[in-house]
Amino acid sequence: MKVIEQKGMYTEFPRCGKPHARTTHYCPGCGHGIVNKLIAECCAELGLQDRTIFVDPVGCGVFTYYYWDAAHISAAHGRASAAATGACRARPDAVTIAYQGDGDLGAIGFNNAFQAASRGEKFGCIFINNSLYGMTGGQMAPTTLEGEKTTTTPFGRDPSLTGHPLHVCEVFNELQAPVYIARVSVADTKRIMECKRAIRRVFELQASGAGYALLEILAPCPTNFGMGAIDAASFCMNEMEREFPLGVFRDVGKGVMGAEKTVHPDSKVLAVKEVPRYPTCEALFATPDGTEAPPVEDDPGVPEMRFKFAGYGGQGILSLGICVAEAARLEKRHTLWFPSYGPEQRGGSASCSVVVSGTKIGSPTVEHPDVLVCMNQPSYERFAKDVKNGGLIIVDSSVPVCVDPPEGVELKRVPAIKMAEDFGVPKAANTMMLAALRKFKATGLKDESLETALCASFKKKPQLIEKNRTLLREAEERISL
Amino acid sequence: MTKFVKGNEAVVMGALYAGCELYFGYPITPASEIAHGAAKWFPMLGRVFVQAECETASINMMFGAAGAGKLCMTATSGPGFSLMQEGLSYLAGAELPAIVVDVMRAGPGLGNVYPEQGDYTPAVKGGGHGNYQAFVLAPASAQEMCDYTVKAFQMAAKWRTPAIVLVDGLQGQMMESVSLPEKECPRPDFSAWAAQGEPKTRENLVKSIYLDAAQQEEFNIHLQEKYVRMKEDAEAETYLCEDADILLCGYGISSRIARTTAEELRKEGVKAGVFRPITLNPFPANELAKVAKGRKIMSIELDAGQFADDVRLNLAKAGLGGEAASVKMIHRMGGQVVSVDDAVKAAKEMFE
Repeated sequence: MKVIEQKGMYTEFPRCGKPHARTTHYCPGCGHGIVNKLIAECCAELGLQDRTIFVDPVGCGVFTYYYWDAAHISAAHGRASAAATGACRARPDAVTIAYQGDGDLGAIGFNNAFQAASRGEKFGCIFINNSLYGMTGGQMAPTTLEGEKTTTTPFGRDPSLTGHPLHVCEVFNELQAPVYIARVSVADTKRIMECKRAIRRVFELQASGAGYALLEILAPCPTNFGMGAIDAASFCMNEMEREFPLGVFRDVGKGVMGAEKTVHPDSKVLAVKEVPRYPTCEALFATPDGTEAPPVEDDPGVPEMRFKFAGYGGQGILSLGICVAEAARLEKRHTLWFPSYGPEQRGGSASCSVVVSGTKIGSPTVEHPDVLVCMNQPSYERFAKDVKNGGLIIVDSSVPVCVDPPEGVELKRVPAIKMAEDFGVPKAANTMMLAALRKFKATGLKDESLETALCASFKKKPQLIEKNRTLLREAEERISL
Repeated sequence: MTKFVKGNEAVVMGALYAGCELYFGYPITPASEIAHGAAKWFPMLGRVFVQAECETASINMMFGAAGAGKLCMTATSGPGFSLMQEGLSYLAGAELPAIVVDVMRAGPGLGNVYPEQGDYTPAVKGGGHGNYQAFVLAPASAQEMCDYTVKAFQMAAKWRTPAIVLVDGLQGQMMESVSLPEKECPRPDFSAWAAQGEPKTRENLVKSIYLDAAQQEEFNIHLQEKYVRMKEDAEAETYLCEDADILLCGYGISSRIARTTAEELRKEGVKAGVFRPITLNPFPANELAKVAKGRKIMSIELDAGQFADDVRLNLAKAGLGGEAASVKMIHRMGGQVVSVDDAVKAAKEMFE
């Protein structure tokens, strides 16, 4: 067979499994065959074959990699737009083209396609609408016309049961980000010429990195329409175009059909901050952010201490735990901190656990704390019974101690909340508790480490550092042993 | 540089040092801090962060990015991990390197956000369709969440396979000291197979489809042979095993409970040791067989026994059928963590 002209396509299609195949797998009269040729021509004529990444769909278009002479990624059903998002983000200089059908884009993958359009991903989506699932066997698609018979609407699509045809271009035209949205057809020569111009535009926009483009192409499927090629093309022109009018919905810089989005002059757009940039990971993470610490050192002589801090959210319980952890890591101990998390943190109670050790820490959970700090009654009732024999409970004086602590456990009552109020800083009740921990020598950590850690916890509010240092010292003087 | 950070943050640091260029993710507790860290640090290094519309999108965005020859990752928890199974199958089918961090929470269904290890089977055995596996790593501390994320990228690139970093909610939320890598890893060159939109990759085709059954079988055989070769990168840690009478087995958070349990048991005169697989797939079967022979074995886990079954399977395959049959288990589910007290008690009962 003599090939008249073949641009952008392989001259033979060995990827189909037959070494010298020169015919496509498409049925006679199928719109895909025409569109495949137009896409290949545009890609080649614009000199973009080396730069193009085609993201192939599932459906009749799955085998475009047999034909188009460019790099391909063959995606999962419905996911070509998600995969194209990944590809165009990974290779911003490439020309990324997703090719999808109406089951693929309109049904299973609609949200992926829609969200990619909404984000303004820099790829072109060429969407073949033939009003049904082709390869799968002619089932109803979201684009199936009212009354159209398919293998899953044997009596014709009944809108009262299955809704109305989905107008993809019109829906996408509600979005702000796309730079190009158009619907064309390949039902006759005039339309094919128009289709080629539109495909060319999609490639041009991608080559210049303009943004997201959607091109819907109405295409006949004679096999599943159950018609000859001529009748199928007529169906496309008469029935489908009535439902899906052709036209350019928008083209950046060329005027638009349909809704044009303008920003209201009074709208207050929140400003996007400039992202600070670093050349390397080392540079980024060497920039101090308060989380750096000296390397951990093993010291088998240091016994393991387990702490539990509990109270209401807002009492600074988590910060108190972090302070103790911070002090421990200043002393190069193995240290572990973890909070109660999830819905718990949004409700009333908060708690956190801290483990400090001279050697590698095994189990992270604090089943039997050496020290329990309680700032409310529920915490006391929940955790006091678990404290280790020989351990210590520090509880706020406002908490009624209805249950005795376990045998061998010392109980200290500290008026942390009241003291903080007396100092005129009700939020500093946790600092009062830190003072108590220091006064009772309860942490096994140095006084200065605890103080340094407290100051470090206010790194974002430096004006409070000295105030809290003073509070810590004054509180410690007031707390009786 | 040493930092005191959450395990979830350590993952992002590891990924950046490993050369990960793109992060795609959908928020979910208790994995969200990974997305938070990525949203902040990836752009600061000129890399890409995309908040996807769903986990199905995240995993398929990875398919596109990995297919285009760049290192990429996502992070999720149970419900999102379920949604990613199809995508993992495609990644394995197209032999694409990509990383999924699964910060496990309690299930099934919506479950809750507390720690569990119930995703063992879909992670380790290939939860999607077809005959595939992923490379699975189970770090046990914030330091390891950094280090083994780096290794996950290396293994994914070396074996052209998706890799999974399997941790739990507690590990994700826990702050510990992390000593960061010295410097960034060099970027791997995937131009031999990736679709990069460059002249040299124009002939490349990334696909998981072989319409011809003979070719599909051939590809399956190739995958299975690869999985056998992958065993050379199996990794395990043992603790106090030399003179042990009882071997405690656990991975991730459970291995730490096992460690403390072994120490407590020794205080009470019971010689206990710990076997901890660091790679769950490939499972370090040889290392297990070496320390398991003739010993009592108890697994500690936060699931219904999926891990214990794998211990039994690997023992049986190693010819230690007796040991396999006698493996006991202590476990909790639903977001509860096995206590050291209970583990000590259960271990001692094995000597009665």
